[in-house]
Order: sequence, then structure tokens, then C-alpha cells
Amino acid sequence: MFIGYFTERPYQDQRSGYFGATGKPIMDLTVSNEIYDAKLGAELYNRYLDEKMYAEEMGFDGLMLNEHHGTPFCMGGAMNVEASILARMTNRAKIVLLGNILPIWDDPLWLVEQLSMIDMISRGRLVSGWVRGTGRESVAHNSPPPYNWERFQEAHEFVVKAWTTPGPFRWEGKHFQYRHVNPWVRPYQEPHPPIWLPGVVSRDSLMWAAEKRIPYIMLATEMEPTKRAFQLYHDTAAEHGYESGPQNIGYLWKVHVDETEELAEATARKYVQGPSNPFLAGNEGTVNPALVNLPGLTSRTRVLPTQAVATAARGGTGGVAGVLGRPYEQQIEDYTIITGTPDTVIKRIRHVLEYIRPGSIFFWDGDGAMTHDDAMRSLRLMGQEVIPAVKEIAKELELPGPFEVDPATGKDLTREEAAAPTADD
Amino acid sequence: MTSLSVAWTEETRSVAGVDLHLRKGGSGEPLLLLNDEFGHLASLRYQEELAQNYTVYIPSHPGFGPTPRLDWIMNVRDLAGWYLMALEELGLGSVNAVGLSMGGWLAAEIATMDPGQFKKLALVGPMGVLPPEGFIFDMFLSVPAICITACFHDPEGSAEFREICPEMASPEQAQAWEISREEACRLGWRPYMYYPGLPNLLARLKDLPTMIVWGREDEFVPLSAGQVYHNSIPGSRLEVLDNCGHMPHVEKTEEFLGLVRQFFA
Repeated sequence: MFIGYFTERPYQDQRSGYFGATGKPIMDLTVSNEIYDAKLGAELYNRYLDEKMYAEEMGFDGLMLNEHHGTPFCMGGAMNVEASILARMTNRAKIVLLGNILPIWDDPLWLVEQLSMIDMISRGRLVSGWVRGTGRESVAHNSPPPYNWERFQEAHEFVVKAWTTPGPFRWEGKHFQYRHVNPWVRPYQEPHPPIWLPGVVSRDSLMWAAEKRIPYIMLATEMEPTKRAFQLYHDTAAEHGYESGPQNIGYLWKVHVDETEELAEATARKYVQGPSNPFLAGNEGTVNPALVNLPGLTSRTRVLPTQAVATAARGGTGGVAGVLGRPYEQQIEDYTIITGTPDTVIKRIRHVLEYIRPGSIFFWDGDGAMTHDDAMRSLRLMGQEVIPAVKEIAKELELPGPFEVDPATGKDLTREEAAAPTADD
Repeated sequence: MTSLSVAWTEETRSVAGVDLHLRKGGSGEPLLLLNDEFGHLASLRYQEELAQNYTVYIPSHPGFGPTPRLDWIMNVRDLAGWYLMALEELGLGSVNAVGLSMGGWLAAEIATMDPGQFKKLALVGPMGVLPPEGFIFDMFLSVPAICITACFHDPEGSAEFREICPEMASPEQAQAWEISREEACRLGWRPYMYYPGLPNLLARLKDLPTMIVWGREDEFVPLSAGQVYHNSIPGSRLEVLDNCGHMPHVEKTEEFLGLVRQFFA
């Protein structure tokens, strides 16, 4: 089992008017940065980095970052900058980027260089995820949505080639062209950093990941459609001649631990009290239906069960009740928020692991209106009680992570490591 | 509503590497209508009226609906080049043409490549140049109904507004809008709905009689872009209609028809 820590790094400004459950809802791309407070911004960036470093100290296997553009709900507009700092400031945990928004890079060679440098400086701790990005990302960086999927695939092929093929070489693609590819930095890991794919939406992406034997991480989706989507992954893997398992799939959801049940509940309610966030159920803000449905961004018909659900709640065309728009109480009931004392939380996490059977999990915490103290209490209790217990449960349930069993080959990586010195197998 | 009872035919012609869907109706000299980027399914009065005097040809641009997309067409200049091949194969010869919005931009690009393709050219609120004042409306940040509404100065006062922007679009109409938006997005995402070199190239239209029609209150493509067209095409006429938005052919049908009939006569 691989356990990661995630927070979206919200820009928390109590005075902003749109902060809090009773504040103004945010409509995407409509909040002007003229309200941005530089001192507050500096505090928050440093706070979130401190929390990541403490998460490593508390035993998390992975420090997960993500990226969004032009929005207060995520301050990680250039996630690779944060990753670069963590590369130097931490020394054990994987730096898990979920992920770089491949289609919006007009110059993916620059991405090749940045990621290789992060892998170098961290001495091989980079996990490089890709995403296709939502409408706001395409608009913010002016990347053509109908070519999103083509650009994603071409950039992926290009990055992998640049990581693995000695230069210089030429690249004459449909969307990217280079006459001299020879970056003077190569990845530390051989043949290259692991590539993972997070998502909620596209059937094409999930099947692509399964075909390429790339682990797929579901982000804050409801359990039942998540299970169905993972079944599609496993079926696709079988069609492509290999057996996928827990090592191929991951699940991120909201988990907050606290000292008492009362404090846990009061703090977990803050998930829905920060700046509104379309990914934070219960506080999604106002949605521009044109922006979530940019022309050709995802195939009109090829969406996952999880997204049929989400689209409806975001003002889309589906008819199913939603992942989004669910009040706090309902999220507690359906396990998409887990909170409580360590004992309570461990029991409920067990249920999720039994039902979905992921090899990687990510606790989404410290978000919304939660303070630094809220985040640090939870991190401490996770380290002291939750992570050790969850590791035991995962062993009992046979849920290996992608660094225990190779997602591409099914090979037991721990045995091999252990066996190497004695060579008695 | 008048009932003019034009018999329209729909045919598919294999031209320039694609099965082109062509709508044709009326009688008289051929008139090529290069359609806008919206994907309307409604049959509108200006088309019926034009068909009284002309044989109107309305091709579905590749990727905009019944005509399949061609993967290599990535911008309006590509599409213009394709049209020159297609029109040659259709054998229409030099033809009168009306281009609406993105179809107007397309017509202008075709004319810069081969001004002889057209006998006379009417451009109606064409996209394609960067307006010196204001911006071209961002159609991808609004749903189709809002975009279409923005094309009218007085939507509710326009007889045919609800024909092309029904309160509840049928599934067929909703899909046609989506398909057209997607292809328009491929062609015009950036620079947004213009080609920087076009004003310089428009000088080639000096011997082509060109009329530019604009709604004074056009908030979709500002009138300042019309001035650029007018200044860039030697000898062109700019006709500005008052109390009118981006669709003079729908919002001010009578005035529009008067101008077009007189121009092509």
C-alpha cells in the first residue's frame, strides 16, 4: 500500500467575501486577482510546504501536488516550482505530481527538462502524472480544447522519447516540432520516472492508461462508480494481455483525523467552508456550463460512470444525481468524507479499501477553511496511528502498491529487492 | 411568415476528398452561401427569399455537420484552400457569393487566394480580422443560446429569433450546435477568430466587387472590424444597418435582401 498526502492549497482569505459556506460562490474565471494579498499569499505557500515536509516526517509515502490555473481554490499554478522545493527539502517521500497538464504545454521539451531536474535533485523520487486539464486550464493557457486529447498523446510520446532516447533527435509531430532535442539533464530513474494518470472524466484516458499499463488514480469520486471505472481498467488490461491489480489503481478522497469526535466533525465541516472549489463537493461554487463543456475537450459520448454523475451536478446534460452538490452529511454517509478519531477513521478506511481495493490511496486533508493547526493535528495522528494501521490492513487485504508490485509486469518488487543479497530464490 | 414554397434538395457530392453535403434550392443564377459557425437547423426566410431570384447553394463545411471533418484542415486558410478545390470540382465557375460571420472570413480568404473565384462577394459581419476597437465575442465561454442571443440587437423583437434560438432546443439542434462549435473551435481558437495577415492580403480583392454588410450594434464582431475590411479592400462598399446586431440577414431581413438584390443585380 502506497499512502499519499494531498491538499489543493486554497487561497484562504477571510476578508475576500467569497470565503466560507455563506460567502459569495465563485464562478470560474470571474474572480479578479486585484484582491490578491501578497503577504497572505507568501504565508500560505510556506504553510503548505511546511505541511508537506511534516507529512513526510509522519510517514507518508507520497507528497501529492496538483495544478490549476486562474482560480483561488488552488494556489499551485506552477506545481513544478513547489515540487522542485520539495525535491531539495525532503529526503524520503515520493513527490507525486498528479499531474502536469500535458495538452496546455506548447513547449513540452521544457517540461522534460523541469521534470528531469526534479528527479535529479530528489535523487529519483519523482512520480510524474499527467492530466488533460479542465476547461479553465485550456482557457487560462489558451490551448485548443478539440486537440486536447491529440496533444496529450503526442506530448506523452515526446516526453518519454526525450527521457529514454539519446539525443539529439528530431521531432516532427502534428502539434509539436523540434529540430534539436537533446536536453542536458536526464531523469535519475531508469528508464524514466513512473507515469501515473489521475482522472474522473474520460473513458478514453482511462483505457489509454490501462493499455499503456499506467496506474490510474480516481479523484474524489463516489465509491460505486469508482469501482465500476476500475473494473473497466481491469477488463481493458485483460484485453491487452496482462493482469492488473491493486498496484494499477489508486483512490483519493477526503480524510481528516482529530483528537476528539467533536473536533473532528467541526474541522471536517471546513472542507465545505473555504473558497468554493468545483472539486469539493458541497462547496462547488457556480459553474459556467460552457467552461466545463468546452468544444471537443472530452468526447461527447465516451465518459466514465464517475463523470456521467459529475456532469449532471455541474449543469451538464446528464440526468444522474451527483458526485457534486452533496451536503456534508451525505458525504459522511457515503464515505467520501471520513473523519473522526483514529479508531473511527481506521474502521471506515478499511471499508473503502475492502470495497475499491486500491494499491495507492491519498488522504485529501487541510483544505477548504482548515487552518495550519487543523492540518498539523491530523498529520500527527495519521503518523502516530492511522498510517501504521492502514498498512497492516492493506497487508491483510493483499493490496500492494505500485512500488511493491510492478503495475506493468506484475513482478513482486519487494521480494526481488530482499532476495537480491542472498540470491536464494 | 410568408410561404414561398421553395423545393430544396439535399445531395452528397464526392469532392476534394470528402463527401460534401450540399443543400440546393431556387432558380436563376447560382449563388453560393457560405454559412456561419453556429449550426442552425432552422429554415430561415432570407434563404427562401434569395431562392426566388437565385439558385442557392449551401454547402455544409467539412466538420460542421453532415459533411465529415478533414483532419488536415486546422485553420480557415486550410479550409479556404479546400474550398477552391471543391468549387472547381463542383464546376460552378466564377460565382456570386454571400459569406456570413465565419463563412464571411472564409469567403475573404478564398478571394485572397483566387479573386476570380467570385463574380461579386457580399461579406456579412465577417470574422477574420482583429477589431481595432472591442473584441470578437468569445463564443466558447458561453453556451450556444447565449451566443446566439448576443448576435441580436433586439432578440425578442426579431421575428425569427426563436426559430434559431428556441427556448428548448431539440436534441438534434443541440447536437448540431455542439458539432459546429467544435469545428469552429479547431479553426479559430487562436488567434481567436482572425488571421493576422488577412488585412494585408485583402488588397487582392481590388477588382472583385465587394459589399460589406454590418449591424451598427453588432456585439459579436464589432463594427470596427468592418472598417478594417472596408479600408483594406480597394473599392469596397460598407453598408451599416441601424438597430441591428450580428445577423442582419435574420434581424433586418428586408433591408438585407434589398442590399443583396441590388448588389448582385
